[in-house]
Amino acid sequence: MHLTHEPIDAAALLARARSSDGGVCVFVGVVRDENEGRSTTGIEYEAYGSMAEAEIGRLLAALAQTWPQVRVEIVHRLGRLAIGDASVAVLATAPHRAEAFAACREAIDRLKTTVPIWKKEFYRDGSSDWVDPTRAARH
Amino acid sequence: MTVKVLYFASFREKTGRDEERRQVADGARVGDVWAALVREVPHFAAFLKMPPAAVNLEYAGPDRLLREGDELAFLPPVAGG
Repeated sequence: MHLTHEPIDAAALLARARSSDGGVCVFVGVVRDENEGRSTTGIEYEAYGSMAEAEIGRLLAALAQTWPQVRVEIVHRLGRLAIGDASVAVLATAPHRAEAFAACREAIDRLKTTVPIWKKEFYRDGSSDWVDPTRAARH
Repeated sequence: MTVKVLYFASFREKTGRDEERRQVADGARVGDVWAALVREVPHFAAFLKMPPAAVNLEYAGPDRLLREGDELAFLPPVAGG
């Protein structure tokens, strides 16, 4: 339910804010045309689907503990994406902006380090490679 | 006993399989399965330590005891978002 092979509709996500929400924060991650100096043509996302759903559920539960007044929704797209396609969207709504910003930031940061999703980048020279953020962090 | 082992992304490509059933000794732990894979799979032989693992959809350390029918996965570095 948090993973989809269909294009992400950020506007539809925004429309789900409640009338009691004074702060609505949306983060959209988009496939860009380069990474670490290499020209890219697209990304293929793969997930351990059942675990990723469970892990996002645990992440949302943890956020609800920290910010009881914030409601967070996460959608992550899988499959082959082109430059400019949205790969992930996070919606955080709250009575006030501070918690909405904080929960939105925490949600995407934790998703990137704990949810079992992988991406293979395709480069303009025809090659491709799995992205390893732990390798980039060591540089 | 038998456990199901899953492979994703680079691990799937390096092992050439997405899942397998493995016979393991009663009382085997996650780390024991990893040690066996290090001996069998050239790609894993170069690893200095066990990658993150999951048992039945939750992260689990090397000391986690396995039970008949458990679903075990070793996970390449995650890169969602």
